[in-house]
Amino acid sequence: MPPYNLIEKRRYLEGGRINAKLDEIAKSIIEQVSDPKDVVLVGIRTGGVPLAERLRKRLKKTTGVETPLGILDITLYRDDVFRGLEQPEVGPTKIDFVLGDRLVVLVDDVLYTGRTVRAAIDALMDFGRPRRILLAVLVDRGGRELPIAADIVGERVEARSDETVEVRLAENDGDDAVVVMGEKRKGG
Amino acid sequence: MSSSETRPRPKKKGTKKKVVAAPGTPEVKAADEPGSNMPGAPRHLLGIAELSRSDIHEILDTAVAFKEVMRRSIKKVPTLRGKMVINLFFEPSTRTRTSFEIAGKLLSADVINFSASASALSKGETLLDTARNLRAMHPDILVVRSASAGVPWMLARNLDCAILNAGDGAHEHPSQALLDVLTLRERWGTLEGKTVAIVGDISGSRVVGSNIRCLSKLGARVRLCGPPTMIPWGIEELGALSVHHRLEEAIEGVDAVMMLRIQKERAAEPTYPSDREYSRLYGLSPRNVDLTKKDALILHPGPMNRGVEIDPAVADGPRSVILDQVENGVAVRMALLYLSARPIGAALEPPVAAA
Repeated sequence: MPPYNLIEKRRYLEGGRINAKLDEIAKSIIEQVSDPKDVVLVGIRTGGVPLAERLRKRLKKTTGVETPLGILDITLYRDDVFRGLEQPEVGPTKIDFVLGDRLVVLVDDVLYTGRTVRAAIDALMDFGRPRRILLAVLVDRGGRELPIAADIVGERVEARSDETVEVRLAENDGDDAVVVMGEKRKGG
Repeated sequence: MSSSETRPRPKKKGTKKKVVAAPGTPEVKAADEPGSNMPGAPRHLLGIAELSRSDIHEILDTAVAFKEVMRRSIKKVPTLRGKMVINLFFEPSTRTRTSFEIAGKLLSADVINFSASASALSKGETLLDTARNLRAMHPDILVVRSASAGVPWMLARNLDCAILNAGDGAHEHPSQALLDVLTLRERWGTLEGKTVAIVGDISGSRVVGSNIRCLSKLGARVRLCGPPTMIPWGIEELGALSVHHRLEEAIEGVDAVMMLRIQKERAAEPTYPSDREYSRLYGLSPRNVDLTKKDALILHPGPMNRGVEIDPAVADGPRSVILDQVENGVAVRMALLYLSARPIGAALEPPVAAA
């Protein structure tokens, strides 16, 4: 067991408000494209995938277009693969459509250092040459280490560097919420 | 799920998985104990004997992910950029060496082939001196094929890089066994309760030992079959198996048949009268292949002697997974290289999670 305890500090976007934010994100995607048929969604494993799936349903409802959805595993493109105690698990990437000349909406749950997004962009480029990549995230928690910004943000959350921000979704956790976890401190 | 950011951060739960290390030396064993996960300790793959069932599944799961990379149009990922892999082959081998070489290159490692049969050892250099010379070149991973059993363990004790055993005599050839079980697991989902016949030159084969261990660990039963001259004494001790001398009896009702090549070049003296007689008694052909289960799979580690141990009609038939084995071989070796690569500067820079 790790030598510390992480406890819940704060909660955001409870009670269906994640879905409300996703409605706004979907609306914003549609506003930014001339033809919805050009759009493809790519969710970053694992947190971005269920969100991309929910966005796909919203796009279908609004535009009637069946948007292709891909899954991107960025492990092999990470800049810290061999820095930790153990290698991260590699999962399969599944992009079975052509990216060339498409408008790719890259979806992730939390934007933090920007390193995941850097890796994801590199990985995408190996699959083709998208006309444009948009980055859509549910939560931006600040703390960037690379010059990267999201095009569409659901919610901005303040979190210290010793805190982690978790997006919990009904698909995996039973309830939708954004939870900030932090170390349990003596006396508070 | 939690945020998928890549900044090293404290882990929430207990360690999810342990390193794949096959401890062959006391110091590596220490790294495998809970809590003393020494960063920088090399992660070897010496033999199947040292792997647990979950280690095996971890390697296979990782290989499945790499198989997707192999099928991309740009089949190269930057993961092992700046890592050096030396293929040290004391015995000639084309396909294993090529497979490791491709695996390393798809991961962006620098792969150097060092064929020792034509170099130092034949000039009288000792194995240990060869090893020290290699150490001075600072490889990250050394892939070793040797005629003598135990060479990879000896190198693991004397070098500080990860050692991957690519076959030490007739002792272990773990990457071959792993690619075989990956091929079977892909088709069956699980090996639990299945029966696999291994037929042919059991004593001359370098793949049998690892395969018996690996199949047994994953819950399959093994039947070995060959002429008495080709079956070593005491082989029953390696796992859940039975020994047969009649092919028909060995393959009756099995879920898969693994045919082995007659090792003409390795036998010191003849172990069978003629190719023709061997083929009649131990060759897998349309005549006897239906004794197996209807959808039984046919494997062969290659290179095949067509018309001797396997009839072309079977080798090229619908149940043959021989070429799947080759593809899975690269995927498994990518997984092994990935899992063995040493953390960058781990000794200098303690990871955040340890603080």
